[in-house]
Order: sequence, then C-alpha cells, then structure tokens
Amino acid sequence: MGMTEAILLTIATAATPLLIAAIGELVVERSGVLNLGVEGMMVMGAVGGFVIASLTGNPWIGVLAAIALGVITSLLFAFLTLSLAANQVATGLSLTILGLGVSSLMGEQFVGQAGKKLGNLDFPFLTDLPLVGPLLFGQDPIFYISIALVFGVSWFLFRTRVGLTLRSIGNNHHSAHALGIPVLRYRYLAVMFGGACAGLAGGHLSLVYTPQWVENMTAGRGWIALALVVFASWRPARVLAGAYLFGAVSIGQLHAQALGIAVPSQLLTALPFLATIVVLVLISQNVRATLINTPAMLGRPFVPDR
Amino acid sequence: MTTNGGGTLLALDGISKYYGSFKANDQINFAIQAGEIHALLGENGAGKSTLVKMLYGSLQPDEGRILWQGKPVHISNPAEARALGVGMVFQHFSLFDALTVAENIALAMPKDQKLSDIAKRLEAVSKEYGLPLKADARIHDLSVGERQRVEIVRCLLQEPKLLILDEPTSVLTPQESEDLFKVLRRLSSEGTAILYISHKLAEVQALCQNATILRHGKVVGECVPAEETPLSLAKMMVGDDIHEIAPRATTSDGAEVILQVSDLTADGLTGFETSLKHINFGVRMGEVAGIAGIAGNGQSELFAVLSGERTSAPDMVKINGEPVGHLSILQRRKKGAMFVSEERLGHAAVPEMSLSDNVVLTRHGLEKDLQTGPFIRHGTAKRLKDKIAQMFDVRKGNDDPTAMSLSGGNLQKFVLGREVMAGAKLVIVNQPTWGVDAGSAAQLRQNLIDLAAAGAAILVISQDLDELFEISDRLATMAEGELSDFVPTSQTNRNEVGLKMTGAFVPAEGASA
Repeated sequence: MGMTEAILLTIATAATPLLIAAIGELVVERSGVLNLGVEGMMVMGAVGGFVIASLTGNPWIGVLAAIALGVITSLLFAFLTLSLAANQVATGLSLTILGLGVSSLMGEQFVGQAGKKLGNLDFPFLTDLPLVGPLLFGQDPIFYISIALVFGVSWFLFRTRVGLTLRSIGNNHHSAHALGIPVLRYRYLAVMFGGACAGLAGGHLSLVYTPQWVENMTAGRGWIALALVVFASWRPARVLAGAYLFGAVSIGQLHAQALGIAVPSQLLTALPFLATIVVLVLISQNVRATLINTPAMLGRPFVPDR
Repeated sequence: MTTNGGGTLLALDGISKYYGSFKANDQINFAIQAGEIHALLGENGAGKSTLVKMLYGSLQPDEGRILWQGKPVHISNPAEARALGVGMVFQHFSLFDALTVAENIALAMPKDQKLSDIAKRLEAVSKEYGLPLKADARIHDLSVGERQRVEIVRCLLQEPKLLILDEPTSVLTPQESEDLFKVLRRLSSEGTAILYISHKLAEVQALCQNATILRHGKVVGECVPAEETPLSLAKMMVGDDIHEIAPRATTSDGAEVILQVSDLTADGLTGFETSLKHINFGVRMGEVAGIAGIAGNGQSELFAVLSGERTSAPDMVKINGEPVGHLSILQRRKKGAMFVSEERLGHAAVPEMSLSDNVVLTRHGLEKDLQTGPFIRHGTAKRLKDKIAQMFDVRKGNDDPTAMSLSGGNLQKFVLGREVMAGAKLVIVNQPTWGVDAGSAAQLRQNLIDLAAAGAAILVISQDLDELFEISDRLATMAEGELSDFVPTSQTNRNEVGLKMTGAFVPAEGASA
C-alpha cells in the first residue's frame, strides 16, 4: 500500500464518524429540533460499544450496543424537549455534559485495555487492485454504512412522502399540526434516528478508529458534526463533502507536523468552526436559499393545543 | 337561493368546549344544508375558531354530538375530517413557505398519491375554477392572495362536501374578494355546502343565505343576512354596546404641517424585498391621514423609517420642519412624535413583562420621575400604568398583569394610551385595530379622532378599508413601495382604493400635502 492510499484511507476513517453523526443531526434538525447533545450521545455510544464488545468479544454486538446507547440517551432528550417542551439548547448542552460524565463512570475499569477492532472488508482480488482496491473494497464496514446513510437520507428527505412530511414539520409545525400531522411522533423518531447515528459514530471511534476506551475520547467531534450540519446548509450531499474536508484537515495536520511544517495545531482545530462561520455568512446573503433549506422551526418547542 | 341536493349535511347538537371554567363553546346547535352558504358571525373571541376546529378534528368537543348526513360521527383528527368530506381554509394559512405548491397540497392528500399526479390535477382544477397556480412555485414567492388560492385548491382537490373558510377576505383586496365569492357561489351551485366565518357584515350579506351568530361562546341568533341591516347584525354580534364614530368637520386645510416626508427612498427590511420608492407626503395638525394597502407593500418599511427604527437621510423625514431622518426613536419621541407599531406582542410590548415595566420601555427619557440615575422608579411606572388604564378603559385581570395576559383589544388600548397620554403632536399608528374586538376597535378609532380634534397630526397605516374610510380625512394607497397621492376620503370610494392597492396607479410626483 502506497503513501497516497494510506493517507486517503486515514482521511476516510477520520471523516466517517463526523459524517454519521452529522447526517443523524441533519435529520433531527430538518424536523425542527436542535439537539446540541451530539457529543454526549456519541461518547455514550463509544463507551457502550467498547464495553460490550470487550465483554462479549464480538465487535458487532458492540456496534449494536453503541447504537442502542445513542438511542437511549437521545430518548432522554426527546422526553424533556418534546413531551415536556423544555428548552432545547439548555437540554442539549446538559445532555453533552451528562454523557461525558456517565461515560467516564461506565468506562472507568476499561481505560487502557486493548479493544476489539472491527475488521476491514477483504474481497479476494478486488481489494488487491491498486489504489481503488483498498479504498473501495477494503475499508471497515461502518464506512460503507456511512456512505449508504448519506444517499439513503437524501432519498428519504427529498423523494419520499414521509420525508416531505418531516421537512414540512421543520418548516412550520403549526401548519403541520393543523393538517393533522402528528408533529411530536415524527420528532421523537427523528431524534431517535439522530441518537442512533451519534451512537454509531461513537462506536466507530472505539471499535474502528482507535479500538480502546479513553475518557472523553470523542474530543469535540460531536461539536464538529453540529457545525457540519450548518456548514452543509442542511443538505446531505454537502455534509458528505464537509465531513471529508474536515477529515482531510485533521489528517493533514498530522502529516504537516510529521514533515516539520509549522502550522499551529490550534488554528487547524478551529478551522471547522471558522469554515462554518464563513458559510453562515455566505448563506445568509441568499435569503431565498436560506429560507428553503433552513428549518424555520429549529429549536422552537411545540405544544399542541387540545 | 338554491340548495340543490338538499338535505341536512351537517348538524351540531349541543356542542360544548371548556377550557377550565371558561366556556369557549356552550351548547351550540346549528345545521347546514348541502349547497348552502352559511355564515358564522361573531367577534374575535366569540368561539368561532374553536367551533370550526372541532368540525375539522383539530379539537374534540367536551359535550354534544356532530351529525354528518344524519349520522353521529366522531372526528378525531383532520385526516378523518377530510375523509368525511370537510375541507378547511385557515385564517392564518396552514402552508409551508419553503415547499412548493404541489408539495403543500400533497401533504393534505391521501398518502398513496404521487406528487406528479397531484401537480397535474391541481393545475387542472385551479384552471377550471379560475384560480391560476403553478405547481412548482415556492409558497415563499407567492402573494397573499395566491397563497389563499393554494389553500382553496388544496380543499377542492379533496372534492369536499363542506368547505369551511375562516375569515378568508381579511387579507384580500375588494377585487380579490369578489373573485373568491364567484368561486364560492359556483361551488354552492354544484352542491358544496360552505361555512363562511367572518365579522365583515357587508360580505356576509352579499354572499350568505343564512347566518348563525355567536357571542361569548353561545348561539345568540339565526337570521337571513339579506333581510337584516349591517347595524342590526352588528347589534346581534356585539350586544348593545356598539359605538358609532361621531363624524366631525374637517378643518385641517391650511393648518401647520407636522410630519413632512420628502423623496423618501429605502431598501427593504431584508435588503431584498420591497423598497420605498420616492415617497412624498405631509400630515397636518388636526387631521387623520390614512394609508391603505395590502400587507407587504412597504408599510412596515415606511413605519420603521418614520419611527426611527431605521434611519434615513435627515431631510427625508421632518417633524415640525426639523430634519429628523437621522435621529433615534427616543430623540423623535422627545419632539412630540409617538409611534404605535403593528405587532402588539413582541414589538409594541414585551409579552412576559408587566404593564408597568412596559410603560418604562417607551416613556423613559420622557417622564422626569421615571428614573433616578440608572435606577427605575417603579412607583412612578405603576402610577403611569394606572393612569393609562383608567383613561383608556384597559380591563385587566389583576393590578399589574403581564402584557400577554391581556386580550388583544385591551392591550392595544394600553399601547395606544401609553404613547398618547401626554400631549403627542404626531401619532403614527400601524394597524391600530388588527385582531381587536369590535367594541375596543370602535373605542380606539374614537381615541384617534379625539386626538386629531385636540390638534395632533395622526397617520394611520391600515389594511382595513372600512376603518380608514371611517376615520381618515385623507387617504393614500401603498403598492409595491410606492405611495399614491392623498385624496380627501369624501372624494374616493372603496373600489377606487381597492384598484390602487393592486398597483393600478401612476406614482405620485412631488409633494402632495
């Protein structure tokens, strides 16, 4: 395997958790809910995946556990913000803090232990093709799931009736309610999907990226995923592009250091957020495009009258 | 009057809806025949919206039965209502700005229909009924009248047996209303029953065969509108305390010009929408000048520039001959100008704050005793609040309630009172009686006229033509950011103004005061 392949592969591995978490949050936000707890759900997925994989010896069960823990954490958020109409920003922030704390507690005995790594795919002959082989046929299974998620979510949102309904709720929950659409039921499902994705993204970290458990191992990736959704102006394909861009930046940073090029690492860490600010400024210039893509109800609680 | 098909389509039998101890609907009975256009008349808060929400399945009655074609039905959600054949055109449209016309309509259709089929059908139906629509247009880009067409076509595609329209003409020009009536009469002749909710008496008289009148959640009368007079209908609607505006002789010609606007040009509020184009006019002492127009034609921008929420070149706006275009709201207030903005809650008043705190928000800097250094003197604020409440008959539940707990009419009286209580020379009001009950509206209008009689210059921006014809001495019309010449109200009529609202006039050249 050549140097180029190695770099491209590490970029894909770095981008995959960002992509999965962001695509989940995109669905949540398209339904009009702002869940700032991505980081918390992700770290819960990471610890759950690692612990269960260690205990069972099967990384696939670990993946399922990561997803399940993401969903459970998101349900707490959903109950507070949807059923009790609590403030979404405050609840999301609390969820992140809670997730970081609970995951440290759960993973305490597992710090430093060697984990179970989810193996890469290996097709005889295909994987051995130069360059494209390892990239297309030799990656970890979650990579393929992440790509499928982008296309699946895009198709779901813009080609299916249920997707249209979800977008309509994010655009105007009062109108949706007046038409008899069960706003809260859709939002519950959207938040749970977001939780599943965040959990899976966390599982990728502890089962593929660095198969071990370290406290706070998400290291801000949940926040990058949140920024990505805005960066992508709520379009799935742009989330894909953004995740690989940010993934490339973080890997480039490592290679730059190795080559002795002095780029302040703080600057590179800040780059996703700077890029998001730039994109926000750019998209706010086009009022019409903003109106079409931005979920107008984002972060606003909905209480049905009865 | 035809009722072809015949037979009772819908009957309500003792329907009640409670919110705690408050009876929103109390033992409502009435019936609609197939093909009948039936009016549901009542003031804001009379319980009309609650009633139709129960017919459309958005709310459930606490008592009583709904009979559909003679059989009791339980309508537990809007989809069931649609399946029965009930279509609803909402007052505040239930549309999605970011979606296309076809997508908006698809959301109310059965799930198995393809978007492309719906697009074809909606264009066919809209053409047939003379309600032209493009299936792939985004709602955001449509005018208010076109948005209502989307709502109506959405209902028509479901081939309803009963069509409910909640205050459908409140956002339409007289011409657009007339077009709507044509569609409704045609539907009626095809056998569709229409429940028409309104408080506009003239159109109910012109359109509806029967009327049921609601007051305080109860049916207080039924009548054939054509056999009544507007006054007799209004009395049934409001009870007896209907206030008629006392006409007054206009004596403002040649009086001093208080507000002068010269060649005012400004960008739209968002930077992309309607801008103000070379606006010239003056308002004199002792007169009420009215500006008519459909919402979104630059009235909000004009109000913002006049009040100082946005600034302009100094000479574009003059108060008492002094250039003030560059001054802040407070600086303008200190010159005796007062402003009552369009939205009561959120713009004119902070919903969660008490009335006395809301007093401080616009009167600080004007009342000497309201502050000691940086500190608010709550005692003074409370005294001012009491004075306003007493002078303007603001009815409130407790001594110092939050702004949002007041009814629309009472809060509007409070907001107007707060502005004009101490010697205003110039009062600029945007939508003074929007969403206000008829009793309060009449009082608010009288207040404005009294202020003019006391020597203030009054500028009223309103979408309500009846209101403008009732109180203004001179009228102009805004369309697409341009202002027509002011003409004396006695020399124009609703049709002429209605035409101008659609932009059918040559814009004013030079000052018109």
